[in-house]
Amino acid sequence: MERRTIFDGWLLPAMLVLPQLVLTFFFFLWPAARAIWSSLERQDAFGINSEFVGFENFVDLFEDPLYLEAVVRTLIFVFFVTVIAMAVALVLAIFADREIRGRDIYRTLLIWPYAVAPAIAGVLWVLLMDPNVGLVGVGLNNMGINWDYRLNGFQAMLLVILASAWKQVSYNFIFFLAALQSIPKSVTEAARIDGASELHRFRTITLPLIAPTTFFLIVVNVVYAAFDTFATIAATTQGGPGRSTETLVFKVFRDGIVNVNIGSSSAQSVVLMVGVILITALQFRFMEKKS
Amino acid sequence: MATLQLENLKKSFGTTHVLKGVDLSLASGEMLVIVGASGCGKSTLLRLVAGLETPTSGQIMVDGRDVAQLDPAQRDIAMVFQNYALYPHMTVFDNMAYGLRIRGLSREDIGKRVQDAANTLGLGALLKRTPRQLSGGQRQRVAMGRAIVREPKVFLFDEPLSNLDAALRVQMRAEIRRLQRRMRVTSLYVTHDQVEAMTLGDRLLVMHLGKPVQLATPMEVFEKPANTYVAGFIGAPSMNLMPAKLGHGGASAVLEDGHVITFADGRRPGQDGRKLTVGIRPEHLRPEPGGIEIFIDLVEPLGSETVVIGRMKNGELVSVKIPSAGSIPETMSVVIAPEHLHVFDGETGLRVEAV
Ligand SMILES: Nc1ncnc2c1ncn2[C@@H]1O[C@H](COP(=O)(O)OP(=O)(O)OP(=O)(O)O)[C@@H](O)[C@H]1O
Ligand SMILES: [Mg+2]
Repeated sequence: MERRTIFDGWLLPAMLVLPQLVLTFFFFLWPAARAIWSSLERQDAFGINSEFVGFENFVDLFEDPLYLEAVVRTLIFVFFVTVIAMAVALVLAIFADREIRGRDIYRTLLIWPYAVAPAIAGVLWVLLMDPNVGLVGVGLNNMGINWDYRLNGFQAMLLVILASAWKQVSYNFIFFLAALQSIPKSVTEAARIDGASELHRFRTITLPLIAPTTFFLIVVNVVYAAFDTFATIAATTQGGPGRSTETLVFKVFRDGIVNVNIGSSSAQSVVLMVGVILITALQFRFMEKKS
Repeated sequence: MATLQLENLKKSFGTTHVLKGVDLSLASGEMLVIVGASGCGKSTLLRLVAGLETPTSGQIMVDGRDVAQLDPAQRDIAMVFQNYALYPHMTVFDNMAYGLRIRGLSREDIGKRVQDAANTLGLGALLKRTPRQLSGGQRQRVAMGRAIVREPKVFLFDEPLSNLDAALRVQMRAEIRRLQRRMRVTSLYVTHDQVEAMTLGDRLLVMHLGKPVQLATPMEVFEKPANTYVAGFIGAPSMNLMPAKLGHGGASAVLEDGHVITFADGRRPGQDGRKLTVGIRPEHLRPEPGGIEIFIDLVEPLGSETVVIGRMKNGELVSVKIPSAGSIPETMSVVIAPEHLHVFDGETGLRVEAV
């Protein structure tokens, strides 16, 4: 059902939407326009003069092996964050869906990580995994595993993937749990009576029935991993060691703010912007189809 | 075909004792209908037999083999649920084939069995549809089909027709009856519906508070209810039950207002003044002058007959079923037909037969 409010005149409605419009303008439209403009310019070494260079920044970007490496790295990162965050959430949701003791406490605990700010989450993981003081980090070294994510690029990647996935598990958990609970109990029972084992039921009944939620979550998780993990990476590895945890978003930051290569950084932002727009469009189309 | 026996079957959820010892024995191919008030444990009983719940104690024997601890998959029992519980994402064909595929039947076998069941149930044209594209009656048939293709040892029905409209219910009732007769599959059928209770089963089980109270043919339950609970439960509108005392020599019942009803079938045991409850069905009260005076509260014309609900002098509710009448006065006098009187003990509620 649709609820409509009818206003007399235009002043009040205009005032009501004004804050949103101002925010959108200053924090989205204006910077986006600046980014598009900067991506078509090149600055001199001192950042004083800039000249219009057309699509040269973009051409350079796609010819830059470091950029292509970052693309591949980001795809790997996004893939593992999505898979881990979703798989763990699904397993936890399956347990929570069962009749178990202390179910409510268990659910509340699982939802907490979502309330933790990304930077804090990063710090938590650093404190846990630090090779000198972290509980797990020290433990790993004592076990004879040479653990130092500040030197080992693979370990650094593992850390940012785990920290990022951990943040997203709660969100996925809530959606998976809701989806599981919307499956009528009698349908599962009918399958039991039909002779289906637990695994077979999961494959033939549960998974297909939660497929819409799964698809929705894939989109959300991909967007999250690709664009929303900056703070987590900044708080843990800062993209290092070397470039081993430098995702596309982090590269924008490094190239633009740290290395002051505004033209290239802007071009990267524009590419990312296009990516976000495409994924969002896909998501909207899917949601429309569903409703 | 298989026999089904329940021996002292009990089920508690925590401190709630839902089933308090059920003994039952079904012959091969028999259909037993179970009725009882909401919450008396009918569904729980079926779920125990199906294996969806584990009994607290007792045995469930299918063909002499105790299956109480087995998984539903190993019991070879099919169940039809009240809400059908079809697999929403599968076609009608796949819904019916699901259990057969698990059993590893060949493609041809599955196709043939599903096709046969679909033809029997008039689903032939709907095999490619999903449940959401079906009407309630069609879903009900698919649920039936899913049960019969398996050719199980035992059928369980948990109020399968209660979500259908009246006309469809009549039709499906006849169909279930016909199918069960033809396939001769031992069946337990739970219902709230008086007509289903009377017509569907070979025998009728009335349950009350987790215990069976009467198990007999439907006519026997109707004509000789074992106690006041069964008397009030079977038959619509309910039997009128009134307190009374045993008259002189055990030959009659004396109602509270002094009315004397002489037993038509012989004396009842006990001392004069023994507390009784007498029952008379609404259709066995004749409007006639000189009988029990009732003050009419409500008139329900049902078309072919009319139900009149009123109160006796002492405030006791009475319903009377009479052939359709034009206008009904504010009071009427009714006479009890003694040959239809049911006599129960006033304290235990158990039926008291003539000696
Ligand atoms: N899983 C459960 N946990 C606790 N109590 C339960 C559970 N299942 C059933 N009960 C209780 O057992 C009693 C019997 O339930 P059941 O569903 O067997 O009744 P029923 O005779 O089928 O009723 P209806 O006619 O309304 O379907 C009810 O009081 C119910 O609350
Ligand atoms: Mg029930």
